[in-house]
Amino acid sequence: MDKPAGRAAADKRMTAEQAAALVRDGDHVAIGGTLYSRTPMALVFALLRARRRHLTVSRSLACYEIELFLSVGALDRVVTSWVGIGLPWGLAPIFRHYVERGEAGYDEWSHLAMGLRYKAGAMGVPFLPTLTMLGSDLAATLDLQTVSCPYTGQRLAAVPALNPDVALIHAHRADMSGNVQVDGYRHMDVDIARAARTVIVSAEQIVTPEQIAARADQTMLPHFTVDAVVEAPHGAYPNECYGLYGPDLEHFDAYVASIREHGPAAGLRYVQQNVDAHADFAAFLAAAGPAKLAALEAEARELMPT
Amino acid sequence: MAITAGRLLADGKVVFAGVGMPLLAAGLARRTHAPRLTIVLEGGIIGTSLLPGKLPISTNEMRAAYGAQMLTDITDIFLYAQRGYFDYGFLGAAQVDMYGNINTSVIGSMAHPRVRLPGTGGANDIISLCNEVFIVTQHEPRRFVERVDFVTSPGYLSGGDSRARAGLTGGSLGAVVTDLALLDFEPSSRRMRLRALQAGVTVAQVRAQTGFELLIGEDVGELPPPSAEEVAIYRELRDGPARVAAGAL
Repeated sequence: MDKPAGRAAADKRMTAEQAAALVRDGDHVAIGGTLYSRTPMALVFALLRARRRHLTVSRSLACYEIELFLSVGALDRVVTSWVGIGLPWGLAPIFRHYVERGEAGYDEWSHLAMGLRYKAGAMGVPFLPTLTMLGSDLAATLDLQTVSCPYTGQRLAAVPALNPDVALIHAHRADMSGNVQVDGYRHMDVDIARAARTVIVSAEQIVTPEQIAARADQTMLPHFTVDAVVEAPHGAYPNECYGLYGPDLEHFDAYVASIREHGPAAGLRYVQQNVDAHADFAAFLAAAGPAKLAALEAEARELMPT
Repeated sequence: MAITAGRLLADGKVVFAGVGMPLLAAGLARRTHAPRLTIVLEGGIIGTSLLPGKLPISTNEMRAAYGAQMLTDITDIFLYAQRGYFDYGFLGAAQVDMYGNINTSVIGSMAHPRVRLPGTGGANDIISLCNEVFIVTQHEPRRFVERVDFVTSPGYLSGGDSRARAGLTGGSLGAVVTDLALLDFEPSSRRMRLRALQAGVTVAQVRAQTGFELLIGEDVGELPPPSAEEVAIYRELRDGPARVAAGAL
């Protein structure tokens, strides 16, 4: 649970590639956002490019990034409550390929249990009591322990704290010292970041400390929780970012069509064509095209309260 | 199914819905008999309005947040459930058994999975924490099985008081809604029981599509068929106001 030096730095700005170098082989990496909402894709792509080995990845709901990490041989184990690309696309075939053959592990916790594991980690306590997961085979498989309330004797599940080595978070804006603001739903990002040893934040926009102070009620993480700040406009694409752009569902359609055509090899093809082929995330966005990004921005504007 | 499920939701209550059928059911209820029904989605969204024809495909996206009264985080939503605020929860099922236990984790065994399914998501939490849970699924023998391969989401476990003994003190299974019937759980044995048939369906048909011995209620009648108004609202929600397409209910 120790935090590294460097959090006091006044300027934590770096590139996504420099930030990915903070992740070591064998680390537990928690990925913020959920499913295809505000996932830190610029950071995920940089980590894919770095080709780390023996990672464990945890999330609240996992999307196709799990299949990409599996496809480049970076991932030993996923810890989450659900793995899929999204309901319209059915089961995740590459994930199935690796897990059903025993080549990767999947620790399946309930969604609340994932949240409470991060929250216990964020609170600095070893577990939290809860009324969920009791009596299920999930609890039996994970060897989840129960406790008796010392006051009432009530039986409760004892969900163990999760303190990831690294958290990857995407936000709407941050200043250079790592004061971080998010609009809309926060998923599990606050607890994930506060639980982690090293916190890497990408932001749509780097703003001044004065701009942060002007909307201090929107600040989700204070600077002393953050180690690295990466400027990444459209940094969640092809995921959505609340209020700014919708998800690129056609991108997922094409991904799933490629799996149908090429089988599990489609995962590595995707990484080669969308990650390795580009110098950085900005080049990947340029390949998607400004017209596509503008259309996704328009879709988000239509859904915002007026 | 959506229409049958929507009729179960009372005005002024709070429903924890998922995308697809549950959201259509909740939307239908709000537009008919339950205008003060509050829809909650696990992506941190409370009091969403639905944009007809643009229903969300996940519980955590801007379409799901359209017109919402409150946006919070995921863990917070489930903690409202644990506190007892959510009157209803909705679940689907890859497999469900006679005690309402649900499997969405694995076909086969965890050690040797034939099909590794996506996992629980919030399903285990919903069935553990919402006050009354409805299971909505297609009625077919491969889903309605004697024993689920894996208890992802605990129903009445092995029946009787085994659910309470496991520590699941809150929550109950209200009903199972299928394309063939409305079912509930007999109060002492907690075994699944046929309550009513969808229009035109027979008891024999339901039995044939159920992979275990079903209890049959005493006064099994037929559910009223969907009204023209319900069908129109359902189609508008699903397809949007501009184009009204034909399709399965």
